[in-house]
Amino acid sequence: MPAGLKPDRPAAARRRRPGAAPYVLLAPSVAYLVVFFIVPLLQGLRLAFTGQDGQWGLSTVHGLLNDPGFWSSVWNTLIMLAIILPVQLVLALAMSLLVNAKLRGSGFWFYVYMLPLGISDLTSGIIWYSVFTQQGWLNSVLQDLGIIHQPFIWLSYQHQLLIIATIVVAEAWRSTSIIVIILVGGLQAIPREYSEAADVFYASPWQKLWHVTLPLLRPTLRTALILRTVLAFEVFATVIALAGSSLSVLATKANNAYTQYQEPHLAAAYGILIMLLSLVSTALFLVMLPVRTEQAS
Amino acid sequence: MDGGSARDRDGKISRRGVLRLGAAAGAGAAAAGLLSACGSGGSTGGGGGGGGNLIFLSDQLSTTVETAAMRSKILSGFKSSGVSFTSFADTTQFVDQVIAQAKAGAGTLDLIGGLQGDFVALEAQIPLRDMSDVIGELKDRNFPQAYLDLAKIKGAYRFVPWITATYLMVANKKALAHLPSGADVNTLTYDQLLAWGQALKSATGQQLIGFPASPTGLIKRFFQGYAYPSFTGGLNTTFKSQAAVTMWQYFKQLWAVTNPQSPTYAMMDEPLLSGEVWVAWDHAVRLSNALQQQPDNFVVFPAPSGPKGLGYEPVLGGLAIPTTSKRVTQAKSLISYLAQQQTQATMLNAESWFPPVGASALPSSLAPGVSAEAKAIDATTGAPGALASQLPVGLGAQSATYDKAFVDAFTAIALNGAPIPATLAAEATTLQSVLQQAGAACWKPDPASTGVCQVG
Repeated sequence: MPAGLKPDRPAAARRRRPGAAPYVLLAPSVAYLVVFFIVPLLQGLRLAFTGQDGQWGLSTVHGLLNDPGFWSSVWNTLIMLAIILPVQLVLALAMSLLVNAKLRGSGFWFYVYMLPLGISDLTSGIIWYSVFTQQGWLNSVLQDLGIIHQPFIWLSYQHQLLIIATIVVAEAWRSTSIIVIILVGGLQAIPREYSEAADVFYASPWQKLWHVTLPLLRPTLRTALILRTVLAFEVFATVIALAGSSLSVLATKANNAYTQYQEPHLAAAYGILIMLLSLVSTALFLVMLPVRTEQAS
Repeated sequence: MDGGSARDRDGKISRRGVLRLGAAAGAGAAAAGLLSACGSGGSTGGGGGGGGNLIFLSDQLSTTVETAAMRSKILSGFKSSGVSFTSFADTTQFVDQVIAQAKAGAGTLDLIGGLQGDFVALEAQIPLRDMSDVIGELKDRNFPQAYLDLAKIKGAYRFVPWITATYLMVANKKALAHLPSGADVNTLTYDQLLAWGQALKSATGQQLIGFPASPTGLIKRFFQGYAYPSFTGGLNTTFKSQAAVTMWQYFKQLWAVTNPQSPTYAMMDEPLLSGEVWVAWDHAVRLSNALQQQPDNFVVFPAPSGPKGLGYEPVLGGLAIPTTSKRVTQAKSLISYLAQQQTQATMLNAESWFPPVGASALPSSLAPGVSAEAKAIDATTGAPGALASQLPVGLGAQSATYDKAFVDAFTAIALNGAPIPATLAAEATTLQSVLQQAGAACWKPDPASTGVCQVG
């Protein structure tokens, strides 16, 4: 290397070593994570693995497994998830393709789709309760149209799957737009050249969707699925509003254990179980939907 | 958690329904906002604030509407001093705060208002002031002896009776045409109630009995204060007895004619108003909305009686002055103000809580729905064979787990069809361990026990 091109060592070192600045900038986020996530997580673990007498052990876990309705709440959570994920995914994909097609008025529809995002899950549950209750909107409309002659009880404890279906409708209405936002972002990041190349080969719109758009959207879909699954494990106010005590999911059991029955240990055990299930489902999505480097980039 | 239906029973989508839906959505949004904003559930302030105010703490009247009415309609009329009224929705928080101040030997509280069971729990841990002097000064209020007996804990009056309520039944007048022959709603038996529900089902094709069986509903009190005492004559001591098995068999039959949407009902006023339910059981305060909105469409009457009598649960709230208060004279004068007939009438109209006096002593200018409730309460307490139960006593922090055993038994037997004797045996173990941990003796209607109450 010619002597004249040799960099000035102290100046280069100063440029390369940023000093304490990054750590200072990171500190607030780290402090936030520690105070609001790590500490409560550790407290939750401590509560879940100590008994009411404060002794470490598995008595709370034992209590969890023997809690009346525990296994049915596990199944209900999984059934709800298994229905809600594909329904929301198909809906969100259709909605985001519509927005991305940039048809006349698509901006307006984008805002309409986003409206339910501003509504809490409790409010959403109360609104949908007034739709599905025996003397509610749905039965009124069906009776006025002459389809039914007596009100049908949609929220009967005897029809568990029907109650789950009403919860899925309420949740699809409230939270599909979260997936739409993510998918619209992913669709807009796909370069136009791919679609133009497909047009050259006279690909039909369906072929373009199946062979061009969806494979390129895979990293975004994976993110959306992970986010939706984790959020679906946490849904409880919609379930309480629509199902009452007819049906419970893990999150309603956790909420009832803490607020109704003042059992913080049991509530924490439910919380830890929800966290574990969220981690397992995230890992499953990561394994089942691998993303190649060129897709990720 | 009932949001409100949009349709009248025999009408189209109604304007009232739309408004209710709007109100429900608004209330939901407000509730969600409140939930995220305040974790503790306490609401403070009012009454003018400032250092000279009397501090009044309660675990009743804790909803935003009730607290606001307490401050603006009731306490604002007390002219001797400002009053800061605070109410905790969580009883444990209320009890803990009173105990903490008493144990510290110094505190800010001048007046406390709680239910009878709260004072029993407090007296077990701290000495409460003997309120005999205040009760003596209020002799002209003619508190019924039954309430004074409940106020007597460890040989002295520990609180002044303040508010009362009980659980009642309300029926749509359309249901009266289907009453079994010879049955009178005011002296109904459980068998007649079942026959009534069956008649309604065959006449309309619908299950029109209703119970508040949602997670925040009070169906647990139906079992504790009504079904168990009426069928078994006891509660803990007869929990898994043959009479209890008979009661649960009966309840399963009643449940077959009960609206299957009942597990979503927290309060029965809304399903009654919408027509989803024609005959309902609930707390008087949670029924008053229906009676006040449509007094001509509903009748209110006592709960039915069973083989052992008319089991019922009087709810009695009282006022006490903490031993640490430095403004005893002013606190006494506030109690006297709250016991005045005019204040009690305002309390009844604004909060739907009854004064601890008989219906004959109530002002004549009450709304029709309220006076009908007052008469039904009188008919309950004065019924032959009336069997008063106390709210669970002396369980402290264990009271929620105690209630859970009844809710779990109901869920298993009525909703999931589990076998009755096995379910009762399992829940009896839970109950015994709760009573053991709390060291609680039996309470009415069980006979008094010397040691820990034994589940039988």
